[in-house]
Amino acid sequence: MAKVLVVTSGKGGVGKTTSTAALGAALAQSGQSVVVVDFDVGLRNLDLVMGAERRVVFDLINVVQGVAKLSQALIRDKRVETLWLLPASQTRDKDALTEEGVARVIAELRKKFDWVICDSPAGIERGATLAMRFADAAVIVTNPEVSSVRDSDRMIGLLDSKTERAEKGQRVEKHILITRYDAARAARGEMLSIEDVLEILSTPLLGIIPESEEVLRASNLGSPITLANSTSAAARAYMAAARRLKGEDVPMTIPHDKKGLLDKLFGRRAA
Amino acid sequence: MNIAAQPQQSIRFRGRSFLAFALTPEPPVADWLTELDKWTRTSPGFFAGKPVILDLGSVKLSESAIAHLVDQLAERGIRIMGLEGADPATLGPKVPPVLVGGRSGAEERTPDLPTSAAAAPPQRQEPAAMLIETPIRSGQSVIFPFGEVTVLGSVASGAEIVAGGSIHIYGTLRGRAMAGSAGDARARIFCSRNEAELLAIDGYYLTAENMDASLRGRPVQVSLENAGLNVKALD
Repeated sequence: MAKVLVVTSGKGGVGKTTSTAALGAALAQSGQSVVVVDFDVGLRNLDLVMGAERRVVFDLINVVQGVAKLSQALIRDKRVETLWLLPASQTRDKDALTEEGVARVIAELRKKFDWVICDSPAGIERGATLAMRFADAAVIVTNPEVSSVRDSDRMIGLLDSKTERAEKGQRVEKHILITRYDAARAARGEMLSIEDVLEILSTPLLGIIPESEEVLRASNLGSPITLANSTSAAARAYMAAARRLKGEDVPMTIPHDKKGLLDKLFGRRAA
Repeated sequence: MNIAAQPQQSIRFRGRSFLAFALTPEPPVADWLTELDKWTRTSPGFFAGKPVILDLGSVKLSESAIAHLVDQLAERGIRIMGLEGADPATLGPKVPPVLVGGRSGAEERTPDLPTSAAAAPPQRQEPAAMLIETPIRSGQSVIFPFGEVTVLGSVASGAEIVAGGSIHIYGTLRGRAMAGSAGDARARIFCSRNEAELLAIDGYYLTAENMDASLRGRPVQVSLENAGLNVKALD
């Protein structure tokens, strides 16, 4: 039974696309068939993070409008063969998405894959509402800071009212993924604590991804972090989160990168 | 130096309740209008001067179709003051505003029905309270002008509760709470943790900035005393 998962946040720049790629790749690495769908029409990025930008011919809009077949638009990952990408269009805007068209594409993807992961654009407008419209589950990506948490709270409210499941009186399963977590800064009180975030959002935690330069490096290389550097702290955190998504009981820890002796001596690195 | 303190101008806002008629068009709308014409011929002037709401719950109309229907009704002397059951996101300023939170009143007797001599059975009083078991998320707005609102979860920053009576919040209040919106000066606000952005009772309000910092993060009770809000810690 396929599961449609939306990765959303409200606020931009918190790590939706990075998390979509990393969770999608981690699920695919565990043998599941996965498609990651970019809903950020007009500002597509997922193809870059997945390293598939030179292979895009047809896109989500073409399929929604019936110009291309789904099989023509899907791009298979070169590293993990059960991982696929449905890219967004860069030349169109979000008004080109129709609810009927998106419903048809999602229904078709449900038949082909174990996981359909929709990368939502920032904001609460058409692109974001259509990305979550047919979701069974949601990952709300949150940074431990007040504006991100408030926007996430707003998204949870929309997930509970504007999705197809909510309108049928069913629940959308919701998970909080805290990204860019810096244990040292949290200890100094410069960030909201995990407890504060969860208390405000009153939604279960899927994982805590530590702030890491490895994530940026992987994105620039065009590779999900779980593929680029599977032993890094962030990759291990994403892999644990993916296992929790599959329903496994994995104890919650905050992985950290091993530090050299000098780092330990001088404590935290400069921010 | 002797400077008279400038009396602070206070702005009051209050809720008012009116009983409005809700007209519910049924598809096809053209037939419904013909039926309405037949009916108004037997009861001319029934809608004159009465507040009328258009309930669009059973028809699906575009903005221009709604505007057309409103015009058609205006030609018949029925002025629409608001819409119900329509999605405000799809409507512009050309049509009347969308209202939410309507509650059905007693069925108005239509004048062409024979009046029965027997008195109507006594109506069961609806309890004037609303209970919400979920957290109120940022951007959500709960408006209940008929009585008390009780929230078991928290009220997020950027969310608001407007109640005709008192407001009880068992979680943390981070958003706005406005009690006594229908002009009840005796309404109160209770919350188990006060992080409120704004508190208001009967139109008098207090923003977070003007709140005593020592009252934040604690359980509080808010009441209206001498035209000012009195926030008192409960612990």
